Amino acid sequence: MNPQESAAAPEVAVAEDPIKVQNARVLALLTRLFGEATFTDVEEPYGLLTVTTTRERIHDIIAGLQQDQEIKFHFLTTMCGINYPENEGKELGMIYHLHSLTQNIRLRIKIYFPIADPVVPTLTDLYATANWMEREAYDFFGVIFTGHPNLIRILNVEDMDYFPMRREYPLEDGTREDKTDLFFGR
Amino acid sequence: MAVNDTLEGTHKIHEEAAAQRHGQLMPLLNDFSQELTTLNLGPTHPATHGIFQNILQMDGERIVSGVPTIGYIHRAFEKIAERRPFYQITPLTDRMNYCSSPINNMGWHMTVEKLLGVTVPKRAQYMRVIMMELARIADHLICNSILGVDTGAFTGFLYVFQEREKIYEIYEEVCGSRLTTNMGRVGGMERDFSPVALQKLRDWLKTFPAVMKEFESMFNRNRIFMDRVVNVGPISAEKALNYGFTGPNLRAAGVDYDVRAMNPYSSYEDFEFDIPVGTNGDTYDRFIVRNEEIWQSLRIIKQALENLPEGPYHADAPHYYLPAKQEVYKNMEALIYHFKIIMGEIDAPVGEVYHSVEGGNGELGFYLISDGGRTPYRLHFRRPCFIYYQAYPEMAVGTTLSDAIVILSSMNVIAGELDA
Repeated sequence: MNPQESAAAPEVAVAEDPIKVQNARVLALLTRLFGEATFTDVEEPYGLLTVTTTRERIHDIIAGLQQDQEIKFHFLTTMCGINYPENEGKELGMIYHLHSLTQNIRLRIKIYFPIADPVVPTLTDLYATANWMEREAYDFFGVIFTGHPNLIRILNVEDMDYFPMRREYPLEDGTREDKTDLFFGR
Repeated sequence: MAVNDTLEGTHKIHEEAAAQRHGQLMPLLNDFSQELTTLNLGPTHPATHGIFQNILQMDGERIVSGVPTIGYIHRAFEKIAERRPFYQITPLTDRMNYCSSPINNMGWHMTVEKLLGVTVPKRAQYMRVIMMELARIADHLICNSILGVDTGAFTGFLYVFQEREKIYEIYEEVCGSRLTTNMGRVGGMERDFSPVALQKLRDWLKTFPAVMKEFESMFNRNRIFMDRVVNVGPISAEKALNYGFTGPNLRAAGVDYDVRAMNPYSSYEDFEFDIPVGTNGDTYDRFIVRNEEIWQSLRIIKQALENLPEGPYHADAPHYYLPAKQEVYKNMEALIYHFKIIMGEIDAPVGEVYHSVEGGNGELGFYLISDGGRTPYRLHFRRPCFIYYQAYPEMAVGTTLSDAIVILSSMNVIAGELDA
């Protein structure tokens, strides 16, 4: 609403270059350690290098990155599950965020797997912090982490018999009519 | 039904996993032949300052093992957020770390701004910094003074709670509410600082340092207090990193990771401040680091207030920034945009963005995946408490019950953030 305010962001173009260089460096490290075929869908949304790999390799990759002395990805920032019901055979996913505190580089790794066989290797042997994060992903998405010491629900009640963050469970009761919005179609 | 088949398959795996670990669960009944006592600490024990349950195995006064149970105030924010337009998610973030709501609000706004590509004017960024640092001071004051209460010193708590009250009055002047603030908007602040707000802020900056000094002189070298907290619940830097510690708890262990310095947001690079670190990560170090951070926050607020730039307090982003109410009544464009934003008729771009801010107790991250609709496709909160609270059993084992209470208190675990 203010006329003197300019919407353009000039510093983005300048700042983009070092981030690109940095991401290229991380990608070179990843391909050198684990081979180029391991990674599909390499993207850089908002400057954060994002790679997709398979659940068979995820444990090796994160262990390798933790031990790597060049960039030292030794901080597991967070992980979370995701559900894309329309992706046949890849309905569920896990997204890991790693952070190298020494060089301040972040990396996002994704894996996808079928909802009928939601089994993923645990990271609890590498990171103590993975324990509750994996319990949370199990609680909400039903991802089974093999080798997890105590894979039980964490935030929901023990006797809940579904995984509430999956897209098949709507937030609101679908049979209610008082909330139907005929004009805006929601 | 295909869906039911899948679910049944999953449940089978679940049951097998449950059967496997059945033998590993600790006995919950008292077994007097072992002379261990099972003690149920919480979920509504007054000394835990929140709803946490810990089932402790005690050998006399010593803790042998502990099993925390969380989720008592889980409100499914991540699920709710999948059905809410961006501006309606701000009140959800209030209710995470409710001791420093403005930081959560601003962190969320900045995440959305990053997704939308909106640049916030300098004045709004400085205003945000002032509010965030006030929130950090309020958060640390609560944590440290409650730690004092848990060791038996009530006076310090009463002294600094008056100051927290004044901070809440400043919030009130800026956004109209006190605890769950819903402060600011996507694109900037909802209104400029009023003259009263600025006056209250300046007055508070004059009176607070004396109170803080008094608080510190009551605790920092107090023999009784030090006997209770020095070398209680120490954690090494390696272990803290492995457990995903961030914020003052990690810095107390000697790692100088601060999101404000490492990935500056909202113009933090303009300000000069130090990052205090401890040495052995015990309760005393956590207490001292927080106290020192309060002084650093004061420094930042003073710099931001002195150099508060002139100019607009919000970005010119009419598609996302809610117009002022009086404009909505008089001006056609404002009315249209108001309507479109409120009804969620404006789609966000497709993308995924991770943004983190230095919250009161650590790195508060927002991972937002947008599929182009009015709501996030998925929103994940990286809640620092949730991540570091899992180290609590390890820190508490081997100590006495009274030490365990002090450790819990010094970790600054906020139930709302823990359970989201």
